[in-house]
Amino acid sequence: MAVLARASAAEIEALLAETKPPPGHIRLRGPEIGLVMVRGRSGGAGAPFNLGEMTVSRCTVRNEEGRIGHAYIAGRDLRHAELAATVDAAMQDDAWHDALERAVIAPLAAAQEHARAALARKAAGTRVQFFTMANMRS
Amino acid sequence: MAYVAVKGGEQAIDAAHAWLTEERRGDPRLPEITTAQIAEQLGRSVDRVMAEGSCYDPGLAALAVKQAQGDLIEAAFLLRAFRTTLPRFAASQPIDTDAMQIRRRISAIYKDLPGGQMLGPTYDYTHRLLDFQLMEMSSAIADPPPATEPSPAAESAMRERIKRVSAILAHEGLIEGDGVSDDPPGDLTREPLAFPAARDLRLQALARGDEGFLLALGYSTQRGWGGTHPFVGEIRVGEVTVEIEPPELGFPLEIGEITVTECQMVNQFKGSKSVPPQFTRGYGLCFGYSERKAMAMALVDRAMRAEELGEESIAPAQNIEFVLSHCDNIEATGFVEHLKLPHYVDFQSELETIRRLRREAAAFALHGRREAAE
Repeated sequence: MAVLARASAAEIEALLAETKPPPGHIRLRGPEIGLVMVRGRSGGAGAPFNLGEMTVSRCTVRNEEGRIGHAYIAGRDLRHAELAATVDAAMQDDAWHDALERAVIAPLAAAQEHARAALARKAAGTRVQFFTMANMRS
Repeated sequence: MAYVAVKGGEQAIDAAHAWLTEERRGDPRLPEITTAQIAEQLGRSVDRVMAEGSCYDPGLAALAVKQAQGDLIEAAFLLRAFRTTLPRFAASQPIDTDAMQIRRRISAIYKDLPGGQMLGPTYDYTHRLLDFQLMEMSSAIADPPPATEPSPAAESAMRERIKRVSAILAHEGLIEGDGVSDDPPGDLTREPLAFPAARDLRLQALARGDEGFLLALGYSTQRGWGGTHPFVGEIRVGEVTVEIEPPELGFPLEIGEITVTECQMVNQFKGSKSVPPQFTRGYGLCFGYSERKAMAMALVDRAMRAEELGEESIAPAQNIEFVLSHCDNIEATGFVEHLKLPHYVDFQSELETIRRLRREAAAFALHGRREAAE
């Protein structure tokens, strides 16, 4: 779910189009938009506090095999939430799990890992060593 | 006297709004700006609107910026209004800034802090000269020089968890800890603020507070109005994962990432009868890349802890009620700007009062002269 949440609906759709489509589904709840209150911790590790809200889409589906899939995805893309819920439902079935893992999750995870590595490389390129003058009067 | 409702003026209001739409569009011979362009190219505006609108959604914030013609307080207002139309599904697990994917991380107190310092995409060290090349479309601009290739070791170090500087100082016991508490925090969007507000509510108010107001208050503490001798222990900017635990699932779920800025301000503390001298801290955390805001927030957070730490509380920044009652720019703009609405009835009554007082004063003066003459 973490991988599906970080991908875009278009990326998921493109990968699903190249594999055997997961079973059809009916919507049990949503897709709908709401909010999640994001919490931080005072001082970074202390008592929690409410930082502010973020938009989130959620969807619950039941597929033709009777599996229930849930998705909560940052943002307002309802299609994204429904796709993720569909994949979530299908992946609870062992027969589907490995196929979708290979066709959808693994390539998305690899792309996300690649993007993370690229960002880390950029940040590392701005690594800095400052030198302060020991004592300006000496 | 309470505000008295007015009615009428519909036609004039419609015409005014039609003109506003035209003004917003500007010269129709120029291409219309898209919200995607705003989100991509005016990211700092979008970040500020998300922070002060207290709603993380770059697309919506970009729309608000476009609709408000770049008026960021109006845009934050639009975002706040929109958020009230949505149900709240859940509260997240507290975000873990230790696990942030770091874009920028600096410390003013340690040269060689573990994990290193990364400047990231900063305006620091620029010369603040207008870049006239930006007046041209970027196709006319030469590619920027390629970034220095980091060593493989530096790159792999970036992939590890980078501990907050407070955790490093804590090893020596020279800095106050964060304390341990998992009590559910108060929420000022659900319950009205009561004073003195606890730190969880103060941090929530500061995180959505006006950057300019907090900047000025933070500045005032540096100039002696509640001095706290601050050092930037650490500033970090980057992406953190947001996790929720929906009740119907019963296990935590990653729903995506958000960009946040965190500031650890380290401050002197003389100590008290029960506490040895040590460093204390102020904390800043806000949505987006908003370093100035996070720093100002950390200064004001520390200043508001004066009473808790047994310090004299004399300056505006240390006054919890003063800060929290005035840091919200949506509330402030509402009350200030309502003054321009028709106040005819209030004013008439004031006018009556002034006239009566003057009549009485004139009668008294006349009476006094007569008495003196008699």
